[in-house]
Amino acid sequence: MARKLPKVDVVIVGVGWGGGIIASELTKAGLNVVGLERGKERVTEDYYMVHDELRYALRYELMQDLSKETITFRSNEKIRALPMRTYGSFLLGDGIGGAGVHWNGWTFRFMPYDFQIRSQTIERYGEKKIPPGMTIQDWGITYDELEPYFDKFEQMAGISGEDNPLAEQMKAKRSNKYPTPPMKHSPAMRLFTEAAQKLNLHPYTIPSANLSAPYTNPDGIARAACQYCGFCERFGCEYGAKADPVVTVIPVALKTGKFQIRTYSNVRRILHTGGRATGVLYVDVTTGEEIEQPADIVVLTSYVFNNTRLLLLSKLGRPYDPRTGKGVIGKNYAYQVQKGQATGFFENKEFNVFAGAGSLGMYVDDFNGDNFDHSDVNFLHGGGINILQLGKRPIQNNPVPKGTPTWGKEFKAASIKYYTRALTVGTQGASLPYQHHYLDLDPTYKDAFGDPLMRITFDFEEQDRELSRYLATKSEEIMKEMGADKVEASKELGPYDITPYQSTHNTGGVIMGGSPDTSAVNNYLQMWDAENVFVVGASAFAHNSGYNPTGTVGALAYRAAEGILKYHQAGGGLLV
Amino acid sequence: MAEQDNQEKTYSRRKFLQNTGFALGGLIVGGIAGSLLKPEPEQAAPPPAADQQRDFNQAFMFFTQEQFRIVEAATERIFPGDDLGPGAKALGVAYFIDHQLAGDYGFNARDYMQGPFFPGEKVQGYQGRLRRREIYTIALREMQNYSMATYQKNFADLTPEQQDEVLRAFEEDKVKITTVSPSGFFKMLVTNTLEGVYADPLYGGNRNMDGWRLKNFPGNQMSYVNVIEQDAFQKIEPASLKDHLSHS
Ligand SMILES: Cc1cc2nc3c(=O)[nH]c(=O)nc-3n(C[C@H](O)[C@H](O)[C@H](O)COP(=O)(O)OP(=O)(O)OC[C@H]3O[C@@H](n4cnc5c(N)ncnc54)[C@H](O)[C@@H]3O)c2cc1C
Ligand code: SF4
Repeated sequence: MARKLPKVDVVIVGVGWGGGIIASELTKAGLNVVGLERGKERVTEDYYMVHDELRYALRYELMQDLSKETITFRSNEKIRALPMRTYGSFLLGDGIGGAGVHWNGWTFRFMPYDFQIRSQTIERYGEKKIPPGMTIQDWGITYDELEPYFDKFEQMAGISGEDNPLAEQMKAKRSNKYPTPPMKHSPAMRLFTEAAQKLNLHPYTIPSANLSAPYTNPDGIARAACQYCGFCERFGCEYGAKADPVVTVIPVALKTGKFQIRTYSNVRRILHTGGRATGVLYVDVTTGEEIEQPADIVVLTSYVFNNTRLLLLSKLGRPYDPRTGKGVIGKNYAYQVQKGQATGFFENKEFNVFAGAGSLGMYVDDFNGDNFDHSDVNFLHGGGINILQLGKRPIQNNPVPKGTPTWGKEFKAASIKYYTRALTVGTQGASLPYQHHYLDLDPTYKDAFGDPLMRITFDFEEQDRELSRYLATKSEEIMKEMGADKVEASKELGPYDITPYQSTHNTGGVIMGGSPDTSAVNNYLQMWDAENVFVVGASAFAHNSGYNPTGTVGALAYRAAEGILKYHQAGGGLLV
Repeated sequence: MAEQDNQEKTYSRRKFLQNTGFALGGLIVGGIAGSLLKPEPEQAAPPPAADQQRDFNQAFMFFTQEQFRIVEAATERIFPGDDLGPGAKALGVAYFIDHQLAGDYGFNARDYMQGPFFPGEKVQGYQGRLRRREIYTIALREMQNYSMATYQKNFADLTPEQQDEVLRAFEEDKVKITTVSPSGFFKMLVTNTLEGVYADPLYGGNRNMDGWRLKNFPGNQMSYVNVIEQDAFQKIEPASLKDHLSHS
């Protein structure tokens, strides 16, 4: 029998961005909150030896230990799903701060079109434009309704940025300017900007959670400016310059005296009866003891996969059935389309590629969302086009022109020569959902506790291949304009492959929407089927945009926090 | 190319942290952190020449002598020493790989290694039950067998051209073995070679940071706030994680 603890107001499962934001908002309002986190504690002092590419970027020091838990994957239902045994496609967070510790910090707001994608597509192109099997749907909220929460996240994190020149066309209003100015521009960024402008595109500096200047946020948290140290993506920031839950929201929650974090606490089940959660069951992984934590409200903030998995394991909510399209838990899993890009080789110019910051770069939205006419293309949505200056570390960056041998003397010479002479215009394409892309419990493979792993059934579709080609062509045009001596575009997407890193932008599984028939949570991320359970994260996304997810995750978390407070005050009931 | 004085770029970490208030547990308030960066008054002592000091790290944790010789010869073909600079052998890459295989990486300690095992689709990634150190042991034996069968010599004693032929036979799966994937092993060997060339010297490769020097990669620097906007290429003398410690 599990040991039962005294009841608290709220229990949070996982303490990353989602958990940290919920904890800070609820404790500031006086609620007692317990945060259960399966991993360890983290502090800025941990990063004394952080400029170590092998340890952090290639041996995944900060990421989830796959020997204990992973996911399984298959391209479609005819194939046996097999475990992701080593890292590749995406990197899962673990420990206090979650993936928010080792993220890059590109902080976008999804655009108005995203939230009403289905109705706007039908309005502009007719229903036939949506290919069979594509399950895009409106999110049950509009950009304007979400705007104050985007702002809240940006003010808290101190996002450095400038206005998007297409904001007006996109109808993306801002109530406030970015709290800090845009990041510095490197020569590569200047080159890209000039080329894009010549092509009548509208480049802007990527909104960045690496601070361009020292900043004190509305909670009184002061942080240092970014040093462009070049060890950011996959690393923790030794300066606290990168917005990370550990240096922003978590200390605010702890200061109230109302937030208790329990590390090494792995949650296995949500306990519930009669459509209401009563608490959670977790294991103290240091002792193996099973513990029950009763709570009035349960908040899942354990990332896309475990948000979905815990609901399925706990038999809470209606599991999705890909045959009928009915049910909701596990529905609309989506990812990101990143293949389309163009690399340019410069014979007579060297760039300081070793320097950079996680979110340093330029972005172009002219081919993102519905910012261009889709009448003559065979895909919906689009993607952002970028140039990046993240800091190229030497093991992982060996760009060579096509036809160069992959090892030996010639490879050595070319990889050394072009290390400082190659730039890439990259793209980040939207990923739209299909009826047969989903998450469920794997029938065979288990985690360290014997619970089934999450199973992903996903592949790229014709939509994605068309989009990839389109964006690659646009990238190629920009790179040519930038004056590279040789330009190589990568156009063909191929099947989804779990082995190369692409992005940790997994979405869906517990999606939000306007109706319980088609969504799992309402626009406060409150479960339609269990009113005292809130499920926070990119799991709520009904599709993925041509942007990174976390700005929108943050906004939704602030909105969920407001919903939880309302729910707590009202003493129950659905908020929508 | 504008080359900046190397010394100008060697900041002391400790000084940096003090200047910015971090060592005192405080936070930077106001001011541009970059302007607080001052060059070290004293030049950092040059690292002792490799032969002045015995390198106790250069011994085997995992390989046999025979295995070490094969790996040293093979990685030197993958990343050869030439007039551009040192290759894998001079950089200590075989020691690097030896040390990696002796630890977590060699045991796949943080990988999901539970059964059942099934051959999968290519897009599903590695699905074998063997751990990296086992793959090395088996594949190195097979490299030796293949060399003996083809040239009646140990791999390490072949001419460079013959060694390339053997490596290519693995790369292209022309070696008929069932225990491990020859091309899978070859890919791992190339990856591990590049890791050994460019990882911090603390791991046993990239001796004297000479791997980094090949690429003009400055290693572990505190800040590029004054570099990031520069048009001219900045050649900066590299610093390692060890340099970090000697300052504290
Ligand atoms: C290398 C990298 C770069 C990225 N760059 C960007 C970027 O530039 N811009 C952007 O928008 N996004 C980026 N992301 C994505 C971003 O990091 C995530 O969207 C964000 O951190 C998700 O926050 P979260 O709180 O939802 O989940 P997480 O940060 O994953 O936190 C979930 C927490 O829950 C814990 N947990 C899980 N299961 C359990 C359980 N059963 N019991 C107890 N605890 C549990 C985990 O240990 C973890 O700490 C990047 C991600 C990576 C890996
Ligand atoms: S690039 Fe900037 S934000 Fe990123 S780790 Fe370095 S100092 Fe921190």
